[in-house]
Amino acid sequence: MNRTELQASRGRLSRRDFLGGTGGAAALGLTLGAWHDRVEAQTEPPKYGAYGMPNGVVENPLVFVAIAPDGIVTVTCHRAEMGQGVRTGVPLILADELEADWARVRVVQAPGDEARFGNQDTDGSRTTRHFFMPMRRCGAAARHMLEGAAAAKWGVPAGEVSAKNHQLIHKPTGRTLGFGDVAADAAKLPVPATGDLKLKTPAEFRYIGKGNVPIVDGFDMTTGRAKYGIDVVMPDMLYAVVARSPVYGGTLRGFDAAEAMKVPGVVKVVEIKGSPVPSAFQPLPGVAVIANSTWAAMNGRKALKLDWEGGPNGSYASDAYRRAMLDAAGKPGKVIRTSGNVDDAMKSAAKTLKADYYIPHLTQAPMEPPSATARFKDGSLEVWGPFQSPQAVRNDIGKRLELPAEKVTVNVTLLGGGFGRKSKGDFATEAALLARETGGRPVKVVWTREDDLHHSYYHTVSVEHLEAGLDAGGKPVAWLHRSVGPTLLAIFMPDPKTESPIELGMGLTNVPFAVPNLRVENPEAAAHTRIGWYRAVSNIPHAFAIQSFVGEMAAASGKDPKDFLLELLGPPRKIDPRDVNDTWNHGEDPVAYPIDIGRLRRVTERAAKESGWGRQMAKGRGLGIAAHYSFTTYVASVVEVQVDDKGELKIPRIDIAIDCGGIVNPERVRSQMEGACAMGVGNALSGEITFKDGRVEQDNFHQFEVLRMNSGPQRIFVHLVDGSYDAPLGGVGEPGVPPIAPALCNAIFAATGKRIRNLPIRDQLKA
Amino acid sequence: MASLTVNGASREFNGDGNMPLLWYIRDELQMTGTKFGCGMALCGACTVHLDGAAVRSCMTPMSAAVGKRVTTIEGLDAQGQHPLQVAWRAVGVPQCGYCQSGQIMQAAALLQSNAKPSDAQIEAAMSGNICRCGTYTRIKAAIRQAAGVKEA
Repeated sequence: MNRTELQASRGRLSRRDFLGGTGGAAALGLTLGAWHDRVEAQTEPPKYGAYGMPNGVVENPLVFVAIAPDGIVTVTCHRAEMGQGVRTGVPLILADELEADWARVRVVQAPGDEARFGNQDTDGSRTTRHFFMPMRRCGAAARHMLEGAAAAKWGVPAGEVSAKNHQLIHKPTGRTLGFGDVAADAAKLPVPATGDLKLKTPAEFRYIGKGNVPIVDGFDMTTGRAKYGIDVVMPDMLYAVVARSPVYGGTLRGFDAAEAMKVPGVVKVVEIKGSPVPSAFQPLPGVAVIANSTWAAMNGRKALKLDWEGGPNGSYASDAYRRAMLDAAGKPGKVIRTSGNVDDAMKSAAKTLKADYYIPHLTQAPMEPPSATARFKDGSLEVWGPFQSPQAVRNDIGKRLELPAEKVTVNVTLLGGGFGRKSKGDFATEAALLARETGGRPVKVVWTREDDLHHSYYHTVSVEHLEAGLDAGGKPVAWLHRSVGPTLLAIFMPDPKTESPIELGMGLTNVPFAVPNLRVENPEAAAHTRIGWYRAVSNIPHAFAIQSFVGEMAAASGKDPKDFLLELLGPPRKIDPRDVNDTWNHGEDPVAYPIDIGRLRRVTERAAKESGWGRQMAKGRGLGIAAHYSFTTYVASVVEVQVDDKGELKIPRIDIAIDCGGIVNPERVRSQMEGACAMGVGNALSGEITFKDGRVEQDNFHQFEVLRMNSGPQRIFVHLVDGSYDAPLGGVGEPGVPPIAPALCNAIFAATGKRIRNLPIRDQLKA
Repeated sequence: MASLTVNGASREFNGDGNMPLLWYIRDELQMTGTKFGCGMALCGACTVHLDGAAVRSCMTPMSAAVGKRVTTIEGLDAQGQHPLQVAWRAVGVPQCGYCQSGQIMQAAALLQSNAKPSDAQIEAAMSGNICRCGTYTRIKAAIRQAAGVKEA
């Protein structure tokens, strides 16, 4: 989920504005403002998936594959690695179709260049689902070219040659050639047309779906050799840290660098001008201290005298904002979706219930804080760093430094975690601006953890108001959901107050329940900080509230929570997202990607069965269940908790079932689900960013508490539902997160009778 | 001029004694396997061994490191074949991998003092090390595997 996807979503309405563009902030800023008012007739068929993203897809094998005379196959990975395993998964897809021997495959990282590689924006759980088929076709095309070159060398018909395990075999005679023997000739052949490609059948896959390939960076990551953005070392390099406006929209009245300049090692102090709000991915206003070591730069910053003006957000306070959101949630808001007559159905219901849920701001806090190294030399800017969207970095730097694209080179390192934070290249542009001030010497900008927590793009904060009516048999007959929270659109356009189609489509408008009378509303909320996206984005509050409320409804109806959830989901059927006012649908074709209730039921039943749902639980123990559809993938989880007399919580076990369709690397799907369990639990237990006087109150990990081993789930069982490779694939990086927090809180209710409606849980069980 | 030993090699240091060992390792020695995560000994990403004990290099001033033996992830095993490194790869622990140097160094110190740790002892030793990707269950499994102990 990101800015380019916002464009893609908007493109559904008005495609002409961005076709041919490069997804830059300029284009977005210019066009988003008018977005809400403009619904134009579609002038050409919409593009979906990767093809609907800026710069779409490149399927030329010559761009992605190089084969050396010794047979070593080098695959260029154009997507960013942040732990999801794409540097293994994407090349693996290509190598499989190529019939390459994985032991002879090497992976190199593409620079940010979407004109050459197609869309590189690694976000929205999109990489595998968007590039499975294109990478297969690339591999198959390269295979045909090798076969053709071998056939020419032997003077035999191409149809008699086939590639197998890094060799080309002439079937009638059994002669063989290595890939390296014909690679140079093959590269001169025309790239076969898509229609002429013979793809493998899934039965012929060597690596796809097999789980027989460890990650390509595993050795480096366990030996300290892996290079992340912060690890970039260059000759004659300088180091910088930046003091930034503590309040979004604040300005620098003045500063005094005299003491900072006296700190040994400090070389220069440079002001970084901010951009007007909304400032998208441009840097915050700040003062940079450039020094000959990180330590000197940090000490220099401490010695700066800074005079900040807070501006209009200078009074932003989380407690007051929460009250305002609760107030808004109590009143009707913009109707997003309505069916039947909710008000009448509530009046005639045998039983009604209502609840407000609060989900605070969170932040990504990747273990590697933002960092980038830039060098400005001979009129060209080169930058190195952990970028989820290197083309966006390229565009933003080009815009800010007024350089054409060919003068900006963006190199992508490994990312020490991303979670959405490193989609925003503000830190890269900082480095680029400073690199103009150092006489050609490279400069590395390092963010401290405090910087990261104080100047993030925060996950929204929200109040979710739910009401339901049950008939005499406990059957749900009415559903009302009001979702209140600032939108991430606010970093791109002035003062939007309602959620974007992307946020609405994250489990809110597309709530998949079979309730005859249903209404979804979105009362207004203004943003007072940089709202960004964090792994799973608005699915986090929506799923937490909805799946917790389902648990409350089950209790009110006296039914088993799993049975009640299945009843609410209703019979297996496919919902057209457009029929539930989801105009976004993750950017995917609504026909190819309907909401498949059969699949959501299946993961729910699978997680329940595997967890031993219904088993006798000891005192203080309980199971909780939740299911959620997001990023075109179906996930359900059952969390087991143990709460002792003192309110100490333990999580002995989580079962999580996922149906993401066909799976490329099952081992990495499992690891993503395990990580999602940990992150979901951490969010729920202690995750919270708060503001006072417009400033973030948490400084470091003692105050922004992320999950640690001793409070995490003791065992995680991941259950993969087998999917077909013929159907379109689903995302994996994010969809594991949303069902975890509600399943946890449902389990707490089962164990203790206490219902958690306000996150984080922190010491609520100790009352 | 003060000296210390880093991964078996003698090194000189004549800078600010208050500078954390982390920045000496990363900026001066340009050994980047040891990571910066918090600067306050809250996350463990910067864990190294000082005379064999696990310490947070971000809060260890150079004045406390001089004259001592420092081991970083690069020096844990020259070939990268320490039993923990082998187990880490066999179990497939890393996701983004950033915290794993610190995790492995912390675990190595644990096994040095307790060759067969219980699950509770693993948790107690490892809970100062944050992994934002959430690889904790695999870290536990890898430590058990390296130590040759079964899950409790």
